[in-house]
Order: sequence, then C-alpha cells, then structure tokens
Amino acid sequence: MSYVTKSPWIIHYDGSSCNGCDIEVLACLTPIYDLERFGIINTGNPKHADIFLVTGSVNEQNVNVVKQIYEQMPEPKAVVAVGICAASGGIFKECYNVMGGIDTVIPVDVYVPGCAARPEAIIDGVVKGIGVLAEKRAAMDKKPAIMDKKPAATVQTEDNEEA
Amino acid sequence: MNLTTSIIGITAYLILAPVAGGLLAGIDRKISARMQGRFGPPILQPFYDFFKLLEKEPITVNKVQDFYVMCFLLFIIITGCFFFAGGDLLLVIFTLTLASVFLVVAAFSSNSPYAQVGAERELLQMMAYEPMALLTAVGFYLVNGSFNVADAVTSQVMAIQYLPGIFLGFVFILTIKLRKSPFDLSMSHHAHQELVKGLTTEFSGKTMAFIEIAHWYENIFLLGIVYMFIAYSAVWSPVIAVIVCFAIYFLEILIDNNYARMKWQIALNSSWVVALTFGFVNLLILYFIG
Ligand code: SF4
Repeated sequence: MSYVTKSPWIIHYDGSSCNGCDIEVLACLTPIYDLERFGIINTGNPKHADIFLVTGSVNEQNVNVVKQIYEQMPEPKAVVAVGICAASGGIFKECYNVMGGIDTVIPVDVYVPGCAARPEAIIDGVVKGIGVLAEKRAAMDKKPAIMDKKPAATVQTEDNEEA
Repeated sequence: MNLTTSIIGITAYLILAPVAGGLLAGIDRKISARMQGRFGPPILQPFYDFFKLLEKEPITVNKVQDFYVMCFLLFIIITGCFFFAGGDLLLVIFTLTLASVFLVVAAFSSNSPYAQVGAERELLQMMAYEPMALLTAVGFYLVNGSFNVADAVTSQVMAIQYLPGIFLGFVFILTIKLRKSPFDLSMSHHAHQELVKGLTTEFSGKTMAFIEIAHWYENIFLLGIVYMFIAYSAVWSPVIAVIVCFAIYFLEILIDNNYARMKWQIALNSSWVVALTFGFVNLLILYFIG
C-alpha cells in the first residue's frame, strides 16, 4: 500500500488570478471543511509537497515560478488546476500578458471547474489528485530509473539562466 | 543502576520512543485541531507522514547534507541512550547540544536563505535554552549529590520539592525545545510561517523523515527529564510522574495554540531572565539551606 494517499501535502500557488479561487482554497482549511482530516497539510514548501494546487493563469512574469515550483517537487507529484483561469486562462485569456492555462507550461492532472471553484469541488479535485499520486507511485516501483534523474537544484539553475 | 537495567532502559528507549513519540505527535495534532474547532487528522497521521516521506524521490541539494542529518539522528539517539541508561546528566545535555549543532550545520550547508536564517535562529534558540538546561543539571546535583539520572530516580527525596524554580524554568525552555509557539522561531510544525519551513526548507523525502523521527526520540527524552523531577524511590511516584509529563505536554499544546511567534530577542531575553530568577535563586536558596 502506498502511504502517499494518506498524507498528501499541498503547495498552493496563486498565478494571475482574481484571488477568488485562492479564498476558496483557504476556506478548505477552515473548521467547516477542515482538509487536515485527510492528513492534508498546506505546506509553503515545494520540496515537502505532493500536490501542486494552482489557481489563476500563467503569465510572462510567473511562468518561471510555476516551472520552478513544479520542478522542485519530488516524485510522485500531481498538479491540480483550480478554477477556469487555471484551466484555460478564463476571463483573463485575452490579456496581453496572459499565456493561457497552467497546462501551457506544466502537465496538469486534474482540472477543477468553477469561477470561483467551490471548496467542495476543490476537495473533490484534491481527492482525485490523490488517486493520480497513487498511480504515479505504482509506476515508480515499476520504473526505478525515475529515482536517478537529475537533482532539482540543477534544474533550477538552468531555469535561472534561461530567465 | 546496574548493567542489566541500563541495557533494558536503552533497548526500551530505542524501540518504544519512536512509537510513543509518534503517537504523542498524533495526539498533539488532534488536540490542536480540537482547540481550533476542527475535526483533525487521525492519531496515526504522523506515521503515515513518516512512511510517505520515506517513499518519496530523494532530492538533496548536496550529498554532505544527508550525512549531517544522519549524525543529528544518531546523536539524538545516543543522548537518549545515555539518559535512559541512567547516565550522567551533564553528558546528556552536551551530547544533545552536539546533535543540534549537526542539524544547524546541515541547514547551513544547503546555502538556501530560508534554511540559513532558520539555522541562525536555531543557534540563538540554543543560546537561549542552554543556561537553564545546565542549571537543571546543577540543581539535581545539589539535591542528590550526583549528576547521575539513575541516582535521581532512586533518590529518597522528590526533586521538585527542592527545585520548584528549576522545574518552572525547565518547563519554560521546554517550549523552545519542543518547537512550540511563541518560540518556534527556527522551524514550526505549522505550515505557512514567515520562514516557510525554516531549518527544514531544503530537506525532503527520506532526510525529512529522519528529522521527524529524531524529533520523536528527542521529545520522549525531554519528557524523561520532566519525569526525573517527580520520580523518586516511592512506589507510586512513577505513576504521578507520567501523569505530570502528560499534563506538561498538554500545557505546551495550549501555549502553542494561544501565542503567535515572537522575535528572537524576546526568546533570548525572557529565557535568560527566567533562568536567572527562577533557576539561579532556587539554587542559591538550596545552597544556603542545604
Ligand atoms: S476562476 Fe474566476 S474566481 Fe477563480 S481566479 Fe479565475 S476569475 Fe477568479
């Protein structure tokens, strides 16, 4: 059995959003919804996180941040895009600086619809993300080569050079 | 304490401390959640977290980091072994300091600003609690005429009767050692502090799991010192001592949930003031009376 399903830690990043979805993400931690029931912790640190919860779209300014957070997270990891902005750019799609949904730069596993996404929908999305984590964990056992890939720190420097 | 009891003490500590420490952490999180009006995670959650961390992909900033973290774990275990074998309290306190230094070096070696600020704060915290920890050892010496833990728990007198000030001072620095607010400056169990995860920012996967288990070992050993204050030769005293340990831990959870993080200046000044007033005055009185 994989323990990753029992203790998925989240990192929440706010791209170009209107902050509506972010408020809903934080609402999930309040006593009414209490995500910690499922062992979910909202950590601020990509290196401790299993699930990357992104709200809002990617723009020219935050594209490197999104990539870096993703690359610093150890495998197995899942990406949950919360809200229409994160899925496609939403109402900001036509803006001069917006590149589109999160999937334009990193692979997304779960899309949570809604503007703003309701806390129930976000929790549902995270639980789907846990399923994805379990699959990835099982795949890691089959293909141990993934464990030998380059350390995140190196990847990070390359990104900096690009920027 | 003879050799057999020492060996039993060490084996029990090695096997039971991580189990008890993990359960204690689970109960801690449950009680904290209830204090905040939440349902909270299962009691076994810290174990799930631990095993999950073991399963994750190993990412390290540099190789030497893992070595230092292993040394940290090793010396925490050695500290506890000295203690539960009934050894010398001074030796115990200095081995604990050595262990903490390894953790600080591990954090410094990563070159990350968050980890480095965390490591600096950890050093300041060590400066804050160290005087009181030493006064505790001196206090036990004045009462029992020996630094040995074994002599303290088999002594004819209850240490806390002679050392009430030292006891209060020790409970004060326990807040620092258990990494509870307001003195969880260098790292905290609660996410989203201003320093991200402080000391542990750059540790992930297995390395982080070892730090967790080291904390479980450490917490049990720290409660062991609380136990020492109460336990003496009377048969019923160990029971009272265990109850007091739980009460003190509950008090720390309560403090944790009622305070925001304070500045390091306050941590340093207040713990030295407490050490000087409660600890030192207690020792002076003991010296003149005894
Ligand atoms: S999906 Fe709607 S609520 Fe969410 S960030 Fe975009 S505009 Fe705001």
